[in-house]
Amino acid sequence: MSKILIRGAKVLGGAPQDVLIDGEFIEAVGAGLSAEGAEVVEADGKVLLPGLVDLHTHLREPGREDSETVLTGTRAAASGGYTAVFAMANTFPVADTAGVVEQVYRLGKESGYCDVQPIGAVTVGLAGKKLAELGAMHESAAGVTVFSDDGKCVDDAVIMRRALEYVKAFGGVVAQHAQEPRLTEGAQMNEGVVSAELGLGGWPAVAEESIIARDVLLAEHVGSRVHICHLSTAGSVEIVRWAKSRGIDVTAEVTPHHLLLTDELVRSYNPVYKVNPPLRTERDVLALREALADGTIDIVATDHAPHPHEDKDCEWAAAAMGMVGLETALSVVQHTMVETGLLDWAGVADRMSATPARIGQLAGHGRPVAAGEPANLTLVDSAYRGEVDPAGFASRSRNTPYEGRELPGRVTHTFLRGRKTLVDGKLA
Amino acid sequence: MKRHLISAADLTRDDAVLILDTAEEMARVADRPIKKLPALRGRTVCNLFFEDSTRTRISFEAAEKRLSADVINFAAKGSSVSKGESLKDTAQTLEAMGVDAVVIRHSASGAPYRLATSGWIDAPVINAGDGTHQHPTQALLDAFTMRRRLVGPDAGLGQDLAGKRITLVGDVLHSRVARSNVALLHTLGAEVTLVAPPTLVPVGVETWPCEVSYDLDSVLPKSDAVMMLRVQRERMNAAFFPTEREYSRRYGLDGDRMARMPEHAIVMHPGPMVRGMEITAEVADSDRCTVVEQVANGVSIRMAVLYLLLGGNEPALTNPRTEEK
Ligand SMILES: [Zn+2]
Repeated sequence: MSKILIRGAKVLGGAPQDVLIDGEFIEAVGAGLSAEGAEVVEADGKVLLPGLVDLHTHLREPGREDSETVLTGTRAAASGGYTAVFAMANTFPVADTAGVVEQVYRLGKESGYCDVQPIGAVTVGLAGKKLAELGAMHESAAGVTVFSDDGKCVDDAVIMRRALEYVKAFGGVVAQHAQEPRLTEGAQMNEGVVSAELGLGGWPAVAEESIIARDVLLAEHVGSRVHICHLSTAGSVEIVRWAKSRGIDVTAEVTPHHLLLTDELVRSYNPVYKVNPPLRTERDVLALREALADGTIDIVATDHAPHPHEDKDCEWAAAAMGMVGLETALSVVQHTMVETGLLDWAGVADRMSATPARIGQLAGHGRPVAAGEPANLTLVDSAYRGEVDPAGFASRSRNTPYEGRELPGRVTHTFLRGRKTLVDGKLA
Repeated sequence: MKRHLISAADLTRDDAVLILDTAEEMARVADRPIKKLPALRGRTVCNLFFEDSTRTRISFEAAEKRLSADVINFAAKGSSVSKGESLKDTAQTLEAMGVDAVVIRHSASGAPYRLATSGWIDAPVINAGDGTHQHPTQALLDAFTMRRRLVGPDAGLGQDLAGKRITLVGDVLHSRVARSNVALLHTLGAEVTLVAPPTLVPVGVETWPCEVSYDLDSVLPKSDAVMMLRVQRERMNAAFFPTEREYSRRYGLDGDRMARMPEHAIVMHPGPMVRGMEITAEVADSDRCTVVEQVANGVSIRMAVLYLLLGGNEPALTNPRTEEK
């Protein structure tokens, strides 16, 4: 049976409708569609969104399969309602050649849980010195369009300029991890009131803001497109807002955790809160939410960063930076953006599906929920309330900052080109 | 008192005064022919030092031995310990050995807090200095020294430091001694002023319960105690200030500057001193400088802390004051 009827789903949060899937595509959307010959999924007023797209995922394979593999990472993605993820390049070996990106691309195809679009490194070995073979990665089977040294900042202004210029030849985009390295030497957390008290090395907001300011100016100068990864400060928002008002082609992402958590949590010295960029202040959090609502920040990206238990079960300074995020992202966005009235579900669909697919030029994803479109869909029980229990995660790692925290919403079904990858909250 | 001593900020005014009073009793032991109390007989204390500090370790060890505790010294430096997980592993080893208290020194801020709160270990944890965070027994011994010198008869028993004006000078940014002292001195009612070049004052200091000044000369005449903080030589290469000479001119304590302090005012230093740069030999060797007393007081304070966290209920000696709590 290749037909599926999703009955009574609030498409993008609107009035309940039926959505009929035939094979890989949506055949019809409307009221009272016939279920004849179709398997019925009762949506019971759940919210139906286009399959989510994550522009910033760390899948760890190759090299750190103890943290995550393409298979476990894509299973986590499907659990979180994602149908496509962009895999960051900071693997071992680094995804800085056509060979490595093709390997990741192939593993994604084999996993079958969600599409994996590799991101290529900007520089060889993420070392920031020499451009990687950006053209070869673009021309490879993986068709790379997004390039990033994420984890490290492309801090050399000339290299950054060259990268921005070079990718224009094939419409690529450079995604910058904005972190001035000298200003963040020894950095352990946001620099401010809490770091002063805790005696942990400060990561000042200006280290992010100064790089963003430089890069939007470089993008303007060379007429290219730049994307800012995990923007985290109120000042960064102001710079991006200014750049957009000036017509500079810049896009920006915010992570779920930067929409919810603050550096006050670091008082616990619990490394589950150790992340880069660091958790900022309440004022930053509120500015980020507003900026996501008004479109200054274009998208939500998870920065899903799995780490094994032993890399977090230690003293703060020795711990790895990062949090898992794929399986909780939508809940955090519902909590911080929808339930606060800042964004409706259509807005969520835009920020978590349509726009990330557009920035990453990923065809077939982030499409409207309409007849003739690919059936990449996510069904969300937005009325659900429950505590986050990492024991149930599909990700190989459990480093979530939300353990035991009550968050709303639960993804019950995910469809990848008409095929169920998640059914009633369980992986298919 | 709490079960652990991680931060000077954990102490209430009454906790702190109790520790200072108990330390006065402990100090009397040092005057006896046999400098030993049976208080912790049969208890095992581990000095867990992930960072070298012979002075602090010896001070704790002396305190533990004067209380008749069995002492295990574990120096992680030089052993096979290199990864972060070693803290947990070591803690669990100590737990399995039935250690009754852990004194920990660590280069990472928060390591003692983590040790005390992660469920790795049950024993009380005493922070003997963590990164640039806290060194609470240092602050207590400093307060003890100030109370003896500045408050007066009977070493100020039962009293705090209300109204005393204390100035801390130097590298506040990297100083756990400064963080500990600001918290404790404030709790004890003192007025604290930090003096340093702006590069050595942390961003966020405005929420601390103290004043900040960049001008030592203006603060000296209204100081009852001036505590010089250590300035590590590596700060010079990191452009925190232009030259050693310039630092010295603006923030060093020499005889001329000491003369501007009130007559009763004392000069303190957590040691070891960098003579010439932050403090001249003339000042360091003057009888207003309490560095040697601070060392002796450190043993009394650590005895008091260990006693109160471990011995608990009975009075340390015969003074009923400890029973009031
Ligand atoms: Zn990053």
